[in-house]
Amino acid sequence: MITSNPFAELAAFIPPAAMQAYVVLMVILVAVGTILDMMHKRSAQYFFENAKKAEKNATRSVSGGEKFSQAMQTLGKEVITSGEFKNPKRRASHLFTMWGFIVFVVSSAVLIFGYATEPAAGVWPILWHLGALSLAFGGYWFWFFIRVDVYSEGRRWYQLVRADMFIGSLLATSTFAILWSLTQGTGALGWLFFALFLAATTTLFATVYWSKFAHMFFKPAAAYQKRITRADGSAENLPTLTRDDPEQQQRHSMELLRDAPMEMGKGIQREAPHHY
Amino acid sequence: MPTFVYMTRCDGCGYCVDICPSDIMHIDETTRRAYNIEPNMCWECYSCVKACPHHAIDVRGYADFAPLGHSVRVDRDEDRGTIAWKIKFRDGREKNFLSPITTKPWGKHIPQLADVPAPDKSMRDSQLLFNEPKYIRMDEGDLHTLEAAGLKLKEGVYY
Repeated sequence: MITSNPFAELAAFIPPAAMQAYVVLMVILVAVGTILDMMHKRSAQYFFENAKKAEKNATRSVSGGEKFSQAMQTLGKEVITSGEFKNPKRRASHLFTMWGFIVFVVSSAVLIFGYATEPAAGVWPILWHLGALSLAFGGYWFWFFIRVDVYSEGRRWYQLVRADMFIGSLLATSTFAILWSLTQGTGALGWLFFALFLAATTTLFATVYWSKFAHMFFKPAAAYQKRITRADGSAENLPTLTRDDPEQQQRHSMELLRDAPMEMGKGIQREAPHHY
Repeated sequence: MPTFVYMTRCDGCGYCVDICPSDIMHIDETTRRAYNIEPNMCWECYSCVKACPHHAIDVRGYADFAPLGHSVRVDRDEDRGTIAWKIKFRDGREKNFLSPITTKPWGKHIPQLADVPAPDKSMRDSQLLFNEPKYIRMDEGDLHTLEAAGLKLKEGVYY
């Protein structure tokens, strides 16, 4: 089941050219939505103004090589492994969702453009299914257990708000994709799930302006900027003193921790927000 | 003056929502980011500022004594067990502080009053409050002074 290309059977009813046109249309919608979102929120303007402000407060200059190294570190930590999340569960769920989405979208594009009429398309159908499953797993984990509204704001899982547009349409896309693939060829049910899958993907890609879809483009830039401010000493005015500095260990105020271990362990960690 | 949230920093984790004693840090329904729903009710306790793992919350100072251009920021480093403050004055002066975190884990160190014997008449009539001789350590000898602790008061402000 998961080794067969779901788009090959569909090609008997919908010409591959139409499917390809749909993908191109979705790419255009994402691009337009992101640009409009950027203009509306003035996020790019804020980003560059902030960078200029940080440069003014810098205590040392960052060389080109160092900037490149910071960019590589951002790519390796914040982008590829979602390293910005402090909550390990949230990070794991984001990794499943993000990589599932990337694999799902790339394999969809490859299947539609490269193997639109071939039921066996190598490893791509398996990747398409695994991507959808990973997206659904990470997404539902977030939806039911991690989403802050559920445990901090006391809102039920079925109460939708505009902030749910992105995660909601992502979940609908992955769920209906899997259901469509499972029920394909069974008649009305298969077509129903296909229609729902199509509606969900269209919602996902057409609502970029209103949803948080564009975060995948500006978050890496913000993470890089954060690293640069730490490297140039401005650190967004945040304190830079740490106990790692032997001179700071000798401060009068640090008397209590003079013999304490450097890693204070879990006893001192803040608890997850469950006390609302 | 109240807290505000840097939206690009916030990831909607809910730590500020949980810790705010006034219950005014909430999650926005459109962006799923934290925001202060009632700035008038914020008494700048800095609980959320310290609890935020992303340093996404800041506090505006009163314009009369902390005019534009100043900054008061904090980093609560739990791994190292320290809390660091950086105060920037408008004229460019800077002060840096570093101290141990003294917060106790949630739910621990609550006095178990049911297990404590009831006070007798002499305790009730006494001027002292519950646990008072013990808590101010008067029963461990005399008052704890700098001299008794082997410390000396130096001139000026030092940290």
